[in-house]
Amino acid sequence: MEKPLTQHITPDRKPLSLKEYEQVGGYRAVHKILKELTPEGVTNLVKDSNLRGRGGAGFNTGLKWSFVPMGPEVPRPKYLVANADEMEPGTFKDRILLEGNPHQLIEGMIVASYAIQADISYVFLRWAYKKAAQEITKAINEAYAAGYLGQNILGSGYSLEMHLHTGVGRYMCGEETALLNALEGKRATPRAKPPFPQVSGLFGKPTIVNNVETLCCLPHIVNNGAAWFKGLSRTGDAGTKIYGVSGKVNKPGAWELPMGVTVRELIEEYAGGMKNGYRFKGALPGGASTDFLVEEHLDTPMDYPSIAAVGSRMGTGTMIILDDHTCPVGFVHNLQHFFAQESCGFCTPCREGLPWVEKILLSLDRGEGKPEDIQLLNFHTKALGPGNTFCALAPGAMEPLQSALKYFGEDFERHINEKQCPWK
Amino acid sequence: MLTAEEVSQIEHEISLVPVRKAAGIEALKIVQQHRGWVSDESLKDTAAFLGVSAEELDSVATFYNLIFRQPVGRHVILLCDSISCWVMGYEKIREHLMQKLGIKYGQTTPDGRFTLLPNVCLGTCDCAPALMVGPDLYQNVTPEELDEILSRYN
Amino acid sequence: MATIYIDNVPYEVKPGKNLLEACLTLGINLPYFCWHPAMGSVGACRQCAVKVFKDEDDTKGRLIMSCMEPVRDNIRLSVDEPEAKEFREHVIEWLMTNHPHDCAVCDEGGSCHLQDMTVMTGHNYRRYEYKKRTYQNQYLGPFLNHEMNRCIQCYRCVRFYKDYAGGHDLDVFAAHNHVYFGRHENGVLENEFSGNLAEVCPTGVFTDKTLKQHYTRKWDLTMAPSVCQHCSLGCNISAGERYGSLRQITSRYNGEVNGYFICDRGRFGYEFVNSPARIRKALVRTHLPEAVTKDVALQEIWGELRQARIIGIGSPRASLESNFALKALVGEENFHVGESENDHDLVDLSLKILQDTPARVISMREAESADAVFILGEDLTNTAPMLALFVRQSVRQKPLEQVVQASIPLWQDAAARELVQDQTGPLFIASIAATKLDEVATAICHASPDAIARLGFSVASLISQQSPAVLHLLEEEQAMAHQISQALLAAKKPLIISGCSSGSEAVLKAAANIAAALAEKNGGTGIMLTVPECNSLGLAMLGGHKLESAFEAIQNNYADAVIILENNLYRVADKSVVENFLAKAKQVIVLDHLHQATTDKATIVLPAGTFAEADGTLVNNEGRAQRFYQVYPNPEDIQESWRWLIQIGKALRNPSLTNWENLDDITAALAEADQQFKGLEAVAPPAGFRIAGQKIPRESHRYSGRTAMLANHNVSEPKPPEDPDAPLSFTMEGYRGQPPSSIIPFFWSPGWNSMQSVHKYQEEVGGHLRHGDPGVRLINQPGASFHYYAEVPEDFKPLHHHLFLVPLYHIFGSEELSIISPGIAERAPDPYVAICTEDARAFQLEAGKVLEFAVNKQIFRLPVKINDDITKGTAGLPLGLPGVPYEEIPAWAQIFKQETTWKHQPQIIS
Ligand SMILES: Cc1cc2nc3c(=O)[nH]c(=O)nc-3n(C[C@H](O)[C@H](O)[C@H](O)COP(=O)(O)O)c2cc1C
Ligand code: SF4
Ligand code: FES
Repeated sequence: MEKPLTQHITPDRKPLSLKEYEQVGGYRAVHKILKELTPEGVTNLVKDSNLRGRGGAGFNTGLKWSFVPMGPEVPRPKYLVANADEMEPGTFKDRILLEGNPHQLIEGMIVASYAIQADISYVFLRWAYKKAAQEITKAINEAYAAGYLGQNILGSGYSLEMHLHTGVGRYMCGEETALLNALEGKRATPRAKPPFPQVSGLFGKPTIVNNVETLCCLPHIVNNGAAWFKGLSRTGDAGTKIYGVSGKVNKPGAWELPMGVTVRELIEEYAGGMKNGYRFKGALPGGASTDFLVEEHLDTPMDYPSIAAVGSRMGTGTMIILDDHTCPVGFVHNLQHFFAQESCGFCTPCREGLPWVEKILLSLDRGEGKPEDIQLLNFHTKALGPGNTFCALAPGAMEPLQSALKYFGEDFERHINEKQCPWK
Repeated sequence: MLTAEEVSQIEHEISLVPVRKAAGIEALKIVQQHRGWVSDESLKDTAAFLGVSAEELDSVATFYNLIFRQPVGRHVILLCDSISCWVMGYEKIREHLMQKLGIKYGQTTPDGRFTLLPNVCLGTCDCAPALMVGPDLYQNVTPEELDEILSRYN
Repeated sequence: MATIYIDNVPYEVKPGKNLLEACLTLGINLPYFCWHPAMGSVGACRQCAVKVFKDEDDTKGRLIMSCMEPVRDNIRLSVDEPEAKEFREHVIEWLMTNHPHDCAVCDEGGSCHLQDMTVMTGHNYRRYEYKKRTYQNQYLGPFLNHEMNRCIQCYRCVRFYKDYAGGHDLDVFAAHNHVYFGRHENGVLENEFSGNLAEVCPTGVFTDKTLKQHYTRKWDLTMAPSVCQHCSLGCNISAGERYGSLRQITSRYNGEVNGYFICDRGRFGYEFVNSPARIRKALVRTHLPEAVTKDVALQEIWGELRQARIIGIGSPRASLESNFALKALVGEENFHVGESENDHDLVDLSLKILQDTPARVISMREAESADAVFILGEDLTNTAPMLALFVRQSVRQKPLEQVVQASIPLWQDAAARELVQDQTGPLFIASIAATKLDEVATAICHASPDAIARLGFSVASLISQQSPAVLHLLEEEQAMAHQISQALLAAKKPLIISGCSSGSEAVLKAAANIAAALAEKNGGTGIMLTVPECNSLGLAMLGGHKLESAFEAIQNNYADAVIILENNLYRVADKSVVENFLAKAKQVIVLDHLHQATTDKATIVLPAGTFAEADGTLVNNEGRAQRFYQVYPNPEDIQESWRWLIQIGKALRNPSLTNWENLDDITAALAEADQQFKGLEAVAPPAGFRIAGQKIPRESHRYSGRTAMLANHNVSEPKPPEDPDAPLSFTMEGYRGQPPSSIIPFFWSPGWNSMQSVHKYQEEVGGHLRHGDPGVRLINQPGASFHYYAEVPEDFKPLHHHLFLVPLYHIFGSEELSIISPGIAERAPDPYVAICTEDARAFQLEAGKVLEFAVNKQIFRLPVKINDDITKGTAGLPLGLPGVPYEEIPAWAQIFKQETTWKHQPQIIS
């Protein structure tokens, strides 16, 4: 089984130096694109590879790049940003790539930057990833020294700057337009789309924001081709994916696996099954803003269309398990507390609706709930849906809630009828 | 007054961005790094240095939860309270910490050693529960280990 | 035009707008909060949701925010679709979860956009059962109250204050549902347009603090359409009264003048009307007691003036009608303008330039769309504040071209600002000292008036060879002139702004030459000049002798009595000259609002109505005649100046005034007497104007307490007072529909109690008022007879032991009437004289120390303020500021070397 993304990442996550990285084939993709491919060629290759963004939305990466204005007359500088803000609860996949092999990310960023002819690139890293910050800084310095970054890279005439920016908190920074505001030194509130960042992004200039994992796939696609990348997958969705499992399982962790392994395989094979005495009750397949999957979905392949078909989303592909000893109401309350607190406060439904939801769930959890509360929760799951709020934070927040109400409605009602939490 | 070192670090950040004020967050980080937190006075000084009003900079500073606009202890404990850690029983860690330190969230021990804050998912959910003390990450934390962990900081 | 379908009905609408604007323009009630017609859309509040459908067969549709969606041909939307309606109701429900529901004690109640929208969406049942979050409020200075608990986080305040008005000390703090709008700490909001927050805020967070001191609900105010009296721009205002005191000024939309906003001087300067220093009774100094009835006063005047040779002194702050009545009363040859010598010449010159210029004399609102601006000699923020606000918008014009190119609609405010960043279009300012607009200027130059004029002349000569060249220009001045001329030539709508405030004719002439030179090449060239007072231009058109000749007439015994109209001569002429004049004249009859130095010396004082107690017409800096209306029946013996003058005329059997009864008679006579005023009658409908046989009510149909409010005087309700001068009634009775634009007392529409109802009166959102914006332009354009001015002044040279005094102005403090208002007075600086560090050092002075100097034998002692924008060898004197004596400047001042230290802080003479 090929593990292009993680093959050089050891359990202690001691990253390869630039030399070591080059020895195992690193930066070959940079040489190749600069010598053999036009920017459009790279974009088309990535489009063909069917790589979909690993940041959660799953948009075709090459297609996203193709909206960037190209040619000599376009506004400059253009920017590429690696979204390393990973703050989605239950998600810990980018950390592995950032800590374990920063040169792979840098190489991927050069590929993407070249494709859109970016002049400046940023790694937007969350504050908590201290080790990653050190390793990336070191790697960027090495890459500059080796001529992979800076003026006239490898004599190709193409130049690229790269900087590391570490955040100061707030989940919102992961949303790509809010991230751009944060990079501009502003409050991380999202921007309206259109205009898309591809046209008016950082400092009003054309910008691409890609997830770390997305970017890490790029050197391998360049080296091995689109067909190879598609062939890695078990299903129609291309590539490998870093999947993770956390919760009451025997071996929580993350693994790079072919796209399309099933939920069951992940839990039973890779995560070592549920802990003794605990039963699987449900799981959020890809972070806090995805819908619950339950027992009947265990054999669903973890790829974008298959998970969508059963009413959830692939999201980040890192799964959080709800077990039978854990109260679903408390579980959802914890999530809604997170979302309410991380709302940026810009649009009404999210700013006012989420705290309301959180309060209702708290009162349910305390056994103080009323039947009307369920109606109110249901109302919010619809009213905070996509399009109704300014960005995707609130709709994301509603996904676990709406599915919890659907699958664990009885548990909610027991809280009301028994006037206490049955799990306490 | 900003120190010469702060000024030179902030100048460097300014040199990387197209407009001075875009270095605002970086400047706040630098000040916080040196002083532990951003007082009203440092905020005004930093704002003046960037050529923006105190309002404009504070608007940014107060948005982000990791810019401290109140004094904090020498070591800030960030306890993950997000979902995986919750499932794995972080609440026990919280109770222990609060009891041991005699403080609640947002408070600082009277000796100025620790400030305890809740934090969103630390991105190490497979090793829950987790917390950070200053820059150090602790995974799979048990209440029993807390004494030992805290003893490393003074 | 594009066809859009709203609830299956096709409408023709303008492309380029958003759906919310389109709906509002079509008269469809669609609620909103964060959108503002002057500030565009950001999509934050989610209140304006509608459904759009892919095509006729789409029954499901999707919710969109109408403010964020452009009008597209054939788009199908529904406002009434149940899901959309329900969502809008829920947005209110969400907003209400933290709103305190304190309407009963909230100043916004009854004129509250949030109330209106709440009713409009039908939200009336509360489901939220938890605690509300609460905030601490801030002290924001004398103008505004802060009550953050009422905030609905629409972000309009910061968008107005920061993005639109360029303020720096208001922002949004924190995140999620803790966001807070205010200052970084307690303190005075500094921006000169802060008062607009009271209108921009859709609820009661920012409210008018001056109103609070005599609070009245909007529906309980007696309101009249009025015109601001505090500078020459003529911003339209609505003025509201109750119980005999003026209580509030709000902006009155005029699509060609001030648009949606007014400045803080205009909004908060009104309290002079309620001042204890008001003259409320006629005073005859020879009587005991001095206060007499109207009849006694008139008798007295008849007795004294019957045999007298009378001259009149008019006023640039009195209406056309009052000035004309005085002129008619004393005769043309005896009428003098009550302006300083300098102002008289400057205003005359301004008028001439406006009449002759081949450039377009543009309206203030048009300044917003200029794409290159050159300001000569004006500190607009302090002399013509609202114009500064429009210039601030104009610098965005050029960069916004990129936004258009990127196919981003201009109303997409956040996106447009993101793309533009801090880029500004060409704005050049040459001023005596730093101005607030400097921060958005391309290049600035702080210089003496002569140097400003020289720069201007050289710009003009670079554009047209017909304009004289400037010799011996410094290299950097040449470079700047070159830069300016290039930018102006490259612009589609270049605008030249100048005025009288630098006290220099040369500056005006230079500006005139630039405008003319540009106009040779570009028909889009605009010119705007500011003049000192609200009716300076009207007075100049009316014409009259200089003030000096009035002094001479008395001095030479050519006349022995003077009637002074709404004027304090101590503000326009040298103190000793005025003293002599007033002492020499046998009879000094002064008509004014407030006790002041001149009324103190008068033999007879007549209480003249302020703008709140009088009707009249003012001509603004553009030459636009605009009518202001009496707000409430005259208390006690206060009357319009023109009415006093008519009564005096009748008593004296003066033939020209005997037939005049009301305002219309005077305007008609004026229009007939003087070609320039042809069309004056079209400024506003005549007093006899009726709609469906009814007058226009000054009071809302919800006015309360009318049967009770005077019951302490008489239990039977008195007959409502009549208004012989206007088609407006003083009561709630009258026509309820929309009156003609010039006589809209307040904006109101069913369901729209707040100021937001303005859109119901507009042809399209943000456009002209229906049937045209108020005001008639009296200056015919373009002028045909412009000749380039040839006299380029010499460069300024410092003089040993002397400083050249140049004028400085303060929005809060320099103007005569507004400074009487306590709030404005609180914001006014202490008197000072400004000099540069170098001069201070030369005179061995430092900040706060006293500089003693003499001009024309008058000795000044003023504390020094160091200001390094002031040219070496010159000193800035804040004109009009209380404590700063009048002097005709620019002028040379002789500096006294003072080696002694003061035993006592020197007295400031006034
Ligand atoms: C509230 C919110 C938080 C997000 N956080 C992240 C994040 O931490 N990391 C990330 O890569 N994408 C995050 N996203 C998705 C980004 O907006 C964006 O879609 C992504 O970075 C694009 O990269 P991709 O095309 O490579 O997936 C977030 C989105 C939302 C709405
Ligand atoms: S958010 Fe909003 S008003 Fe505000 S008016 Fe729109 S979306 Fe429209
Ligand atoms: S939930 Fe705690 S580290 Fe992720």
